[in-house]
Amino acid sequence: MSAPTTATPVPQPAAPAKPLLAVRDVTLRFGGLTSLDHVDLTVDRGAILAVIGPNGAGKTSLFNCLTGVYTPQLGTIEFTADGTTTQLVTGSARRRRSRKPHVVNRIGVARTFQNIRLFAALSAFDNVKIAAETRHRTGPVGAMLGLPNARANDAKTDALTEELLDFVALRSVADEVASSLSYGVQRRLEIARALATSPSLLLLDEPAAGTNPTEKRELERLIRRINTERGVTVLLIEHDMRLVMSVADEVTVLNFGKVIARGRPAQVQRDPAVVEAYLGTADE
Amino acid sequence: MSHVGGLPIRVRRSRKVDPRLVRLFGWLVLGALLRLMTVTAEGTSTDHLLVIDAAFKSTALIGWLVAGLVVWVLTELWHARKVGALVTARTTGVRQQWHAVAGRALSRRAALLAVVVAAIVLPQFLSEFYQRVLVDQVAVFVLLAVGLNVVVGWAGLLDLGYVAFFAIGAYTCAYFTGALPVTPLFTLNPFVVLPVAVVVCLVAGLLLGAPTLRLRGDYLAIVTLGFHEIVQLFLVNKNNWTGGNQGVSRPVPHFTINLLGIHYKWTLASLPYWFLFIGMLAIVVILFSRLEHSKVGRSWTAVREDEVAAAANGVPTVKYKLMAFAIGASTSGLAGVLYASRLGYINPASFPVVLSISVLSYVIFGGMGSIIGVIAGSALLTFLPAVFQEQNIVRQEDIPMWIGAILVTMMLFRPQGLIPSRRRKRELRLASEGVADADAMSEAPEGRTG
Amino acid sequence: MCLSQHFWQFLVPGITLGCLYALIAIGYTLVYGVLQLINFAHSEIFMTGGFAGLFMVQALTNVGVVPSGAQSWLIMFAGISCGALFGGIVAFLLERVAYRPLRRRNAPRLIYLITAIGASLFLFNLAGKLFGRDKVNIPAIYTNGVVFTVFGAQVRVQQLIIVCTAVFMMLMLDLLVNRTKLGSGIRAVAQDSQTASLMGVNINRVISQTFVIGGVLGGAAGFLFGTYLNVHYQMGFLPGIKAFAAAVLGGIGNIRGAMIGGLLLGIVESLSQSCMSSQWIDVVAFVVLILVLMFRPTGILGQRLGRAA
Repeated sequence: MSAPTTATPVPQPAAPAKPLLAVRDVTLRFGGLTSLDHVDLTVDRGAILAVIGPNGAGKTSLFNCLTGVYTPQLGTIEFTADGTTTQLVTGSARRRRSRKPHVVNRIGVARTFQNIRLFAALSAFDNVKIAAETRHRTGPVGAMLGLPNARANDAKTDALTEELLDFVALRSVADEVASSLSYGVQRRLEIARALATSPSLLLLDEPAAGTNPTEKRELERLIRRINTERGVTVLLIEHDMRLVMSVADEVTVLNFGKVIARGRPAQVQRDPAVVEAYLGTADE
Repeated sequence: MSHVGGLPIRVRRSRKVDPRLVRLFGWLVLGALLRLMTVTAEGTSTDHLLVIDAAFKSTALIGWLVAGLVVWVLTELWHARKVGALVTARTTGVRQQWHAVAGRALSRRAALLAVVVAAIVLPQFLSEFYQRVLVDQVAVFVLLAVGLNVVVGWAGLLDLGYVAFFAIGAYTCAYFTGALPVTPLFTLNPFVVLPVAVVVCLVAGLLLGAPTLRLRGDYLAIVTLGFHEIVQLFLVNKNNWTGGNQGVSRPVPHFTINLLGIHYKWTLASLPYWFLFIGMLAIVVILFSRLEHSKVGRSWTAVREDEVAAAANGVPTVKYKLMAFAIGASTSGLAGVLYASRLGYINPASFPVVLSISVLSYVIFGGMGSIIGVIAGSALLTFLPAVFQEQNIVRQEDIPMWIGAILVTMMLFRPQGLIPSRRRKRELRLASEGVADADAMSEAPEGRTG
Repeated sequence: MCLSQHFWQFLVPGITLGCLYALIAIGYTLVYGVLQLINFAHSEIFMTGGFAGLFMVQALTNVGVVPSGAQSWLIMFAGISCGALFGGIVAFLLERVAYRPLRRRNAPRLIYLITAIGASLFLFNLAGKLFGRDKVNIPAIYTNGVVFTVFGAQVRVQQLIIVCTAVFMMLMLDLLVNRTKLGSGIRAVAQDSQTASLMGVNINRVISQTFVIGGVLGGAAGFLFGTYLNVHYQMGFLPGIKAFAAAVLGGIGNIRGAMIGGLLLGIVESLSQSCMSSQWIDVVAFVVLILVLMFRPTGILGQRLGRAA
């Protein structure tokens, strides 16, 4: 499939404008193993989309391609925010490069990790603040001399950090060392940190893994609030079906790197291909 | 032979040696090593066993055996909790009190003030020799260590060629003051050379760092070591530019101020240079302190803690590593100018590769990441050997040997250093529990971090 | 072009030196394979071998063994064995005293490196203190006549001995790593130490043995180097770095890679002598290292321990 030009919009039934994220024909191979196999995915602005599939289906690899950690051998990834479209994978057919992770973040994509990757020895506040201050331009000179610009920026990020901690209801543990926090709290903190980078698209990698039912319900509420109150589009990988059914507008199912189903959660749940992927067929 | 389920199996008798005997052997070896290190004779090329012979003459040999046995018995008793529990109980209370006092911010500020006052007032009462030591050894290396701390302690980059920038700064000063065989484009006062050398070393740091900082920690170390070697080769071989092995052809002039009615000329006297040095040090420390608690410092910490997560959250990791490298290099250059002017005569032998490793040792010993720790550590490791040397307790050539031994011992027993930053202690503890990674050394597990 | 003249005359010493680099490089690559650690102190193990072999030769000469005929072989063999033995011993002690406690504590990588640097600093200065800081020549053990000439380049006894000994040791090592139980243990730990221990491999023992093997080869190389040039307390520094560059060139963690890398580096370095003044020769290894790290970081043969490509 040839790379589309930026002028051609992706055909979408509901939204006439360009989608926030258009993944087309992405293929990722590691030696003999094909991790992603001609994957197509479209995320509309303002939606909550879930990617599900058995373990090893390629979900986290997809996230890694989106954020520039891996470079797919084939396919394009197009991100459109504020009217500008950026190709996240560039270069010729033989020498492909993806934009570096921090550049992808600047463009507007933030993520959390499957096994939480907080800055363990730092406080919760600092964890979020570090992400927030990547957005302003204070450099070493400003910092060393204590220039008024630097101080103003610092005050602004402090305010943003406090607001985010309030948003995830973690203000009370702001000064605690991140590694000492409970698992569910750490997950929320990681989300707050990702939000501190003012993303248009938030990638959540199994946010409910290892949490108890109460925390899962809170997470559902949080995800919806992120979407409605902060206007952030969410793409999440998840195994917990209840959570997926509850928050997702649309679900894409991956198996062995291929998209095997797509649609509203209820539809997908009944799709025989999906059932087979998870449970196997009766006569095996 | 036993039988299990009809099959004969041979039970292998454990051939392990009694660990207590192993420990005895260990103490004896350690004792022998210490004895060898402290004997004042030095080997020659013809009689290689001279020193070993001198170390273990009749009484020394018996003394060694007895000492080894005594220490062994004591430590075995300690292990068996007969003595250990008693001592531990007594010292726990003291240690708790110490932590309570040391933790208070007020007492720390007071201690800091006391040190600053002492640094200003005390040196006048020392003999000329010690004043010279303070300037030529302590002040210079403390400044170097504070600079290297930015690279190693804050950005987590292992730089084994740091002194190369020191040499570049010193030779830049020599060049611009007309001390080299090459005539400079314009002659400058050493004060003016300071910012010039800072810029030169900054550029040099960027040039070295740009291709190499994306390498893994261990490779970076070797490459920086190679850089120092190459700079050394350049200084030695490019005779017409650098004066080769002989170094400067004319002495580098001392600092002078001729500005706004203030006329002051530094001379061979040590004390004025001491104040110049610690003045510079104070400025650098204040600036770096601000840096540490700013966005830049926090970004460095993020990169050190988890490079992948930092990049995913928008921190341009390579740019920040370059920044640290360049800042470290320029500090080194600054020290180089001061050093060249102070000594007057410099040549390639003033900047051996061993010096790079020594400065690194001071930083690690003092507690990398903590400005105070690094100052304390480097001050101790430069001042004490000079004292011991003067008192003939230790020969100058043996000092690197002791530094190496101290380094290994520190890593085994107190890797966080003398006065560690609280964050560093936490990082090390977390690393030993299997959480997180305490430094920017390992391969990013999920591929590149950009 | 600078290479066309005296090509073979530079090639022969290049191969000789290359064999020595290969022996040292194997030590680096072995330890890297099992511990993912650059053993900075390996250069001092090399130096220890040099001194140990020197002392053995001196002792034998003092006892009255005359360097001629069959007795030359004896002295040579004794020197190499002594160098190898003490190289292995120091390597073993180094691992036990400096690295194992760090492994128990799960220390971060930086700490390992610093310990290695500290050990290196300590060892060579201790040697300098104990044995003097002059360069010592190992007394002649045999007449170093020309054995044959190849395209106008002379090949002397010394070079032949060095190359043959090195090749022999490398062949033995290859057999050890690929055909013995110890070898499979090493390869298993290099690939995945956790699984290896679950399969019953004694990790500590394998690591110790790996260090010893590297030490034996490095120590022998030290003595051979001593016969070729001289023995000196700082003799390990430059050859150590160059051998490391060779290991990276061949593919760090890959034993055959270290052999090839060492040979290649020795040849390239020697051939460069025809192009540049000898003062700058040491730069060649660094340039090679940087080029490899920038353009093909996995080296010529890639990163798998003991298996070629």
